[in-house]
Amino acid sequence: MSNKLQALKAEMPAANPIIIDDEKCIACNKCVEICQVDLFIPGPEKGTSPMVLYPGECWYCGNCVVVCPVEGAITLRHPLMNQARWVAKSDLLKDIKNK
Amino acid sequence: MNENSWPYPLEYDKEETISCEVLVLGGGIAGCMAAISAAREGKNVVLVEKGATKMSGAGGSGCDHWESAATNPCSKVTPEELTQSMLDDNDGYNNGISHYIECREGWDRMLDIEKMGGKIRDTEDEFTGADFRDDNSKLMFAYDYENCFTLRIWGSTFKPAMYKELKRLGVKIYDRIMVTSLLTTKNGDDIHCIGATGMHTRTGKFFVFKSKSSIMCMSRPARIWLFSAELPGLAEFRPTQCIGDGHAMGWRAGAEFTMMEKSVGAEFSAAGRSYPPYGAGNNHNTWYAASMIDATGKEIPYADRDGNILKTVSDRFKPAKGQKYFMKGGNIDDANYEIDGPETLSLDKFAEGTYKIPLYADLSTLPEAERKVIWGMMIGEEGKTKVPIYQNYTRAGFDPEKHVLQCYGTGWRSGQFLPQERQLFGLPGGFMNDWQLQSNLKGLFVAGDALYASNCYGHAAATGYYAGRHAAKHADNAELKEPSIEQIENEKKRIYAPLKNNPAKSIGWKELNMGIAKTMQNYCGDVKHDELLDIGLTVLKEYEEDILSQTFAYNPHELTRLLEVFDILTNAQIILHASKARKNNSKSLCFTKAGSTDEKASEKKLIILKNEEGKIKQRELPVDFFGNLQENYEKHNTDYLKTNSHVE
Repeated sequence: MSNKLQALKAEMPAANPIIIDDEKCIACNKCVEICQVDLFIPGPEKGTSPMVLYPGECWYCGNCVVVCPVEGAITLRHPLMNQARWVAKSDLLKDIKNK
Repeated sequence: MNENSWPYPLEYDKEETISCEVLVLGGGIAGCMAAISAAREGKNVVLVEKGATKMSGAGGSGCDHWESAATNPCSKVTPEELTQSMLDDNDGYNNGISHYIECREGWDRMLDIEKMGGKIRDTEDEFTGADFRDDNSKLMFAYDYENCFTLRIWGSTFKPAMYKELKRLGVKIYDRIMVTSLLTTKNGDDIHCIGATGMHTRTGKFFVFKSKSSIMCMSRPARIWLFSAELPGLAEFRPTQCIGDGHAMGWRAGAEFTMMEKSVGAEFSAAGRSYPPYGAGNNHNTWYAASMIDATGKEIPYADRDGNILKTVSDRFKPAKGQKYFMKGGNIDDANYEIDGPETLSLDKFAEGTYKIPLYADLSTLPEAERKVIWGMMIGEEGKTKVPIYQNYTRAGFDPEKHVLQCYGTGWRSGQFLPQERQLFGLPGGFMNDWQLQSNLKGLFVAGDALYASNCYGHAAATGYYAGRHAAKHADNAELKEPSIEQIENEKKRIYAPLKNNPAKSIGWKELNMGIAKTMQNYCGDVKHDELLDIGLTVLKEYEEDILSQTFAYNPHELTRLLEVFDILTNAQIILHASKARKNNSKSLCFTKAGSTDEKASEKKLIILKNEEGKIKQRELPVDFFGNLQENYEKHNTDYLKTNSHVE
């Protein structure tokens, strides 16, 4: 897609829940067929990766990753605001000792 | 998107008619078990599902524990005791029939599912010798380790196993079809359900299903108050497509509903305030009984119901002195004293500054088996946690032996909500049922989330199976009826109308859902005012009469989403009517009405509503209308008891 075409079309969604690695995807469409929300559509031609048509509707169940036969072909990613924070417990204890 | 690039054929003008003896509407846990049960009775069964049955429904991606399996060989509690506790805990506002079925038959269903290929035991001996494991049966328990009625399960194996069993039994599965209405016929004062209509969510094709018996197995309503146009899939706890279509079509057909005035302050909405369920620090449910520490690493003590501080981790799984059993770990939903389990000291108890926020869930100091069973088995098997929580956190470096996970709210909540943000959770309202799990519509049986006061996986599976066999029996004495052409044509007109509008001038499903949600926040918040409820009804009536005709959908997928919001509109109206009907405040129904003076009106009464050709009809029944649970159950299930009595 030329840059000018992209400039007209693009609106980044509020989240990109499903990231498909086109290099790894074998276009089996198992994710398309298992998705309960039906947010994918098959690729435009045989052998091309599915497209995520309705990313906002994702429930983040992970079924697409579970049924995917190729490790790493699909990654599920929570929106930034939903990425919970964890810390090393030893750091909590260290902070206290230093005070 | 133009028509040329839609990857599926567009078949709005095509129609297919399918006949069967038993029709199952919704293919989640309840629907699968209902279909299996009816097929085992020798019936010709059709199951219709909006998603893909193999992993659909609220429990489609997994489940980590099965509650109230009171007849499992290790249980020290009877179904009668357990159901009574559930009733008492809610001042009677609970479904005695369906929960007795859950307690009485839940274990039977687990054995069934095990035979189908689901994993209910620690067959690999991963947890040999753990406090929560019975080494003879290899069953593993949660919460109360002395009374053993809630089991830890490998729930991600269940739905695929049920799917295989459906195929083996020859159930005809119609995936990707949204059921849009119930087909009915009148016989005197009785309304009979004789089938349903549906629309294919990819092609738009119309379906007519004719049946002798039907079983409603759809979800509870959702997205009534909570909505996000950007992230609608995260607006609620239940899956995006589970918004309570069944309630709406039932209401339109004249089915009776009860407890629809009940809603709770929002607890889960990861589109805005909260975090992914089970993905942030807490010590409830899946995470029971994680240690909780403050920002300095100091542990918050657990106490029993009497406030006695518990000294060891294993004490967190024992009833208090003099207590027979406790229901759940942690005081979820304000459990009453009788069944109140161990819980960390509440925040107000250390407001004086002894502890520093934020709090963290800490698995590192738990015995190894407890840590592994929470972070691993439970987080791996709970619905939608295997990939996004367990796998992704592990990949990002989370190590439960070293790291502690931050809390963003209190209890099991992971966020703070506004008072007008509400949701149907904690035994919400639904279809009224009798001892056959039949609704007032003859031939329409109800199971799982569609029932009033429904809750968990075991309830869905047990009531599904039960409704399946009673629906099969009903089919023995029923005939296939020809649906009225007028009903079918009206339904087609209703569902396809939005396709004809001009997108540049029309309203889409998200705008409509936002409008409904804001209306409900404005007029049906935490405190109900009769005057505001009336305005809410007026606004929604205007939506119904003026706005629905202005909506548009680009393709069958969007049309499905739009028809769901039409159903959300109906469900919001039921809630407003039910909120008007109740005059007294009720803690158990989480219901407060401004200026409520008659506290005794409808106390301990179920208010039951139905829509009779546009008029709201109301009746009341005592909350314990079902009578003696054991006697009535046994009276209505003689055949089942003959073939399924357990030798313990």
